[in-house]
Amino acid sequence: MIDFLQSRRRFLALAAPLTGLVSCKKTVPSEIGAPLSAYGARSPQVTSVRDVRESATPGTGSTRTPLQDLDGIITPSALHFERHHAGVPSIDAAKHEILLHGLVEKPLIFTMADLHRFPSVSRIHFIECAGNSGAEQAGNPQPDPQKSAGLFSCSEWTGVPLSLLLKEAVLRPEAKWIVAEGADACMMARSIPIEKALDDILVAYSQNGEPLRPEQGFPVRLVVPGWEGNINVKWLHRLHVVDQPSMTRDETSHYTDLMPDGKAQIFTFPMEAKSIITRPAGRQKLAYGPGSYEITGLAWSGRGKVQRVEVSTDRGQTWQDAELQAPVLSKAATRFRLMWTWNGTPAALQSRCTDETGYVQPSLDDLVRVRGRFFQYHCNAIKTWFVHEDGSVSHV
Amino acid sequence: MFRWTLLFMMAAAALAQSPGRPATEAEIKAMDYTILPNGAGLPKGQGDASSGRTVFEQKCQECHGEHGEGQAGKYPALVGGIGSLKSLNPIRTVGSYWPYATTLFDYVRRAMPYDHPRSLSTNEVYSVAAYVLFMNGIVKEDQELNEKTLPQVKMPNRDGFVPDARPDIKPAASGRPAH
Repeated sequence: MIDFLQSRRRFLALAAPLTGLVSCKKTVPSEIGAPLSAYGARSPQVTSVRDVRESATPGTGSTRTPLQDLDGIITPSALHFERHHAGVPSIDAAKHEILLHGLVEKPLIFTMADLHRFPSVSRIHFIECAGNSGAEQAGNPQPDPQKSAGLFSCSEWTGVPLSLLLKEAVLRPEAKWIVAEGADACMMARSIPIEKALDDILVAYSQNGEPLRPEQGFPVRLVVPGWEGNINVKWLHRLHVVDQPSMTRDETSHYTDLMPDGKAQIFTFPMEAKSIITRPAGRQKLAYGPGSYEITGLAWSGRGKVQRVEVSTDRGQTWQDAELQAPVLSKAATRFRLMWTWNGTPAALQSRCTDETGYVQPSLDDLVRVRGRFFQYHCNAIKTWFVHEDGSVSHV
Repeated sequence: MFRWTLLFMMAAAALAQSPGRPATEAEIKAMDYTILPNGAGLPKGQGDASSGRTVFEQKCQECHGEHGEGQAGKYPALVGGIGSLKSLNPIRTVGSYWPYATTLFDYVRRAMPYDHPRSLSTNEVYSVAAYVLFMNGIVKEDQELNEKTLPQVKMPNRDGFVPDARPDIKPAASGRPAH
């Protein structure tokens, strides 16, 4: 423990019970342990949970992933963020079907069994809600990684490429968009350009090796790599090939970006390059005084791979390249790390992501200067954590 | 012999058929909720603001307020804010922000009232859409909306949307780090 000079809230949470065991001078029990279990559960000492935000309309709202408690790049399915518009429907997978119709030669209906007959693919992709970090842009910096950027998660998804289903149905030449509709109570629907549908969209039925969780779209959802979360339609039950976007509520009234000139950008699909330091971060403490600490966090880009992550400990005056943990995958979370020697004086920690297109994550000032405070969605600005002399870390 | 071979080949082809079954017209009709801004997909029906007022009072007002003003932080306002989008207090409502009247019909039909979606008749949806537009001063009280006239309603913010302009914050603005 002496050379493990890292500040981890989770680690501290574990330290107390461990100390208790040590004081009993008994670290290996002699009695037989707990029995086998059919479906595993985490240790009761691990208590990290999603941040649940209730709303006036039951079922609507979001929960946020505890980014500060996670290692690596995969979000455990039970901690994947949620965003629902009319609650989580209970769907019988044995009866569930997807209708594919419109500008196709052969309108088709697929059962879940049908989907499993197609060749499957598994890919690791993040999903980020378009509204993630919206509070930061609105001038209300959030106190920890979960509240600041927890509408972001990353999973291994398995399913059928949407392009395969479209090939079966045979697109007509005038096919330009696909309206994807969910089987939730509000039948949430979004229009997707046909080029993306033919590129990398998955009709996914599994997440991290097992069937989707109900709140993630069981039994089947779209995974639209790199694009705003809302278009990754859950509980998918209909795909309508059309010649123009439907202009649904969730692509006009919502998920459009109001600019200072009063115009709003529409169909702003990709989530741009972004990163956040998850440790040390707000509400944590550099618990061992001046010395060596690992700065770590997550970076991603909806336009491809992360090429570079830089870290600053002086609020952007100077930058150092962080190490990127392999694998660095396209449109997936990338873990970065940098060892840092804290000298005990106040510091301001920032991370900055550059993606393979050369795009550089902007500062909050630069972002607000161009987009104003009411853009509301797609905030990918650099996040700052302030280290104080007593080692505490905060958002202001 | 040739006949048997042919039959066998046809059977094999059927077995090898790709997954999924053909969708019938009836199956498509039962599930097709898409409405396009040009009016394609709108069901036959009609309503005006006068008839819509009754529907609104019974089914919508409890959350959205007597005059469609909403409840701050809970239920969105449906009325007002026209001309506010450039200001420092932009108010986004059906009247001030939504570009197409077809979207209003589509959303009410598929998702409202929140706790009883798809419980309104087609005429009730046309009526309540007319009433919301009337409260915004976009249609007249006795103006009939139907599958032909609804797509012709010009929303105040119809031309307020532009394509994705990103990446809009150039790397030069942030400056590259010195190494």
